[in-house]
Amino acid sequence: MAAAEMDVKYVAHLARLHLTPEEEQLFGAQLGQVLEYMAQLNRLDVSQVEPTAHAVPLANITRPDTVQPSLPLEEALRNAPAQADGLFLVPKIVE
Amino acid sequence: MLNELSIAELTHLLGRREVSARQAVQSCLEQLERVEPQVHAFLSWDAADALAQADAADAQLAAGVAHASRPLLGVPIAVKDIIAVKGHPLTCGSRILHNFISPYDATVIERLRQAGAVLFGRLNLDEFAMGSTTENSSYGPTRNPWDLTRVPGGSSGGSAAAVAAHECVAALGSDTGGSIRQPAAFCGCVGLKPTYGRVSRYGLVAFASSLDQIGPITKTVYDAAVLLGVMAGHDPRDSTSLPAPVPNYVANLRPDIRGLKLGLAKEYMLGGLHPDVQAAVQAAVRQFEQLGAEVHEVSLPHTEYAVATYYIVATAEASANLARFDGVRYGLRVPGADPIQMYGNTRGAGFGPEVKRRIILGTYVLSKGYYDAYYLRAQKVRTLIRQDFLKAFETVDAVLTPTMPTPAFKLGEKLGDPLQMYLSDLYTLACNLAGICGLSVPCGFATVEPPEPGQPPVRLPIGLQLLGRPLGEETLLRLAYAYEQSTDWHKAKPPLVTAARPATAAAAPAKA
Repeated sequence: MAAAEMDVKYVAHLARLHLTPEEEQLFGAQLGQVLEYMAQLNRLDVSQVEPTAHAVPLANITRPDTVQPSLPLEEALRNAPAQADGLFLVPKIVE
Repeated sequence: MLNELSIAELTHLLGRREVSARQAVQSCLEQLERVEPQVHAFLSWDAADALAQADAADAQLAAGVAHASRPLLGVPIAVKDIIAVKGHPLTCGSRILHNFISPYDATVIERLRQAGAVLFGRLNLDEFAMGSTTENSSYGPTRNPWDLTRVPGGSSGGSAAAVAAHECVAALGSDTGGSIRQPAAFCGCVGLKPTYGRVSRYGLVAFASSLDQIGPITKTVYDAAVLLGVMAGHDPRDSTSLPAPVPNYVANLRPDIRGLKLGLAKEYMLGGLHPDVQAAVQAAVRQFEQLGAEVHEVSLPHTEYAVATYYIVATAEASANLARFDGVRYGLRVPGADPIQMYGNTRGAGFGPEVKRRIILGTYVLSKGYYDAYYLRAQKVRTLIRQDFLKAFETVDAVLTPTMPTPAFKLGEKLGDPLQMYLSDLYTLACNLAGICGLSVPCGFATVEPPEPGQPPVRLPIGLQLLGRPLGEETLLRLAYAYEQSTDWHKAKPPLVTAARPATAAAAPAKA
């Protein structure tokens, strides 16, 4: 069973979340307590149990592959922090 | 006072043209002005837009459109700020969406509009529906109308407070681990979480996709039945919505519950209950027996594992759902040298502490080396929790529990200790994990010390929870209706509301 010591800095990096040093320390302590609490799930024998991903009797819901109207361009751009020529502007990704 | 009426009472008067929709909306807006400085249920509202909708409703009423065909015509309903309403803000209680205006209507909003409702206001909530007190809102907490030093519950705290303070006739909330039922209990309202898939999630900003549902928060059980009937049903735009037909919930409401079997879940009645909650629930059990229901004891043996299971599953799903908030296409953007820096800066600045905690926890339990130990295991325990309920429903029609072990806590009481906050949700979480339906109905009051010495003691509402089979909403509503009609709890109003009534209020039609 995994230790209740989380590398908060690393996990925050995975989640693309910049934390202050104070947040790292505070959350580390708080989540450490939560993880210790979670360890109680180990008391159960789940070796013969199927996981439930979601509690409805539905799977593979599809629709016909036909073109349907979608959100108009100007609506999609309405909340854009930066836009030009009908595109979202972002900082350069590749050199 | 028109704002204090229920949907049933108001539509009766509107249908007879004794009052207008404009008067009803005006009455709500005036109440808003009176009590909002203290309650802070709303993040924003557009009075002109609400009145324009009211005028359109009045035109329809004048043209002879009846509530038989448009059941909510002219009724002012407020909306939790996590459900999309076109042209209106959708902050989710977060700074990361502080300037976001929704470009579309949620399916439930479309259906409510078709039914003639006047939709107004953006109601306060814990940020991204993560929380149990509305203290996690980035825009300040909402206060419980029954005691302004206490929380209204969460995450739909604004919705429950607005209904309890009679600032609207009904409200929409969302429930992922109890976020409709718990604030309804704390504020003395009726709150219903439908079976997962009963109501479309299209237009509900996702927190945990396998747990979220939209539902009504209302003054009466009848009103909840009306709203559910309007909102429920298959939606091709939500692939998790159930194709099951929608019964006529209102027509099936009758106060006869003889022969129905209730299960009192023994694991929920163990120590830790506030004595007034214990007494109220036991009195409710006797009341149900008087009404002809049989009450048996049932066991839900995996109850104690619900908190741990929920906070692994829900946070894992949340970490995925909130990955979209990155400053690229909408919302807050904090610049960075490259997109990765921009994401980190934006999310670091835009999310509050509880959201960050949950994203980190969720990311961790899904990460390499920890997935099997946490997430996969939690999914298996989820199966056991669901099986507990399905087994109980072989012998009873509904399971009965307190909604919360205590009445509303004080603002600030649980903020320092996230784990304590999570543990308080024990009674409501299992319902979402199992995908079943659940409802909270008022069942009495706790008496507690007033905020200041020398004031009279304070009455805080207590909620009774009924948990039903998948697609068992009809039975829950019928049980709750029978109970409600045999008591007076739903007629009580917070002192804030009775004190706020203007001395020269126009003679209000007497409540039926």
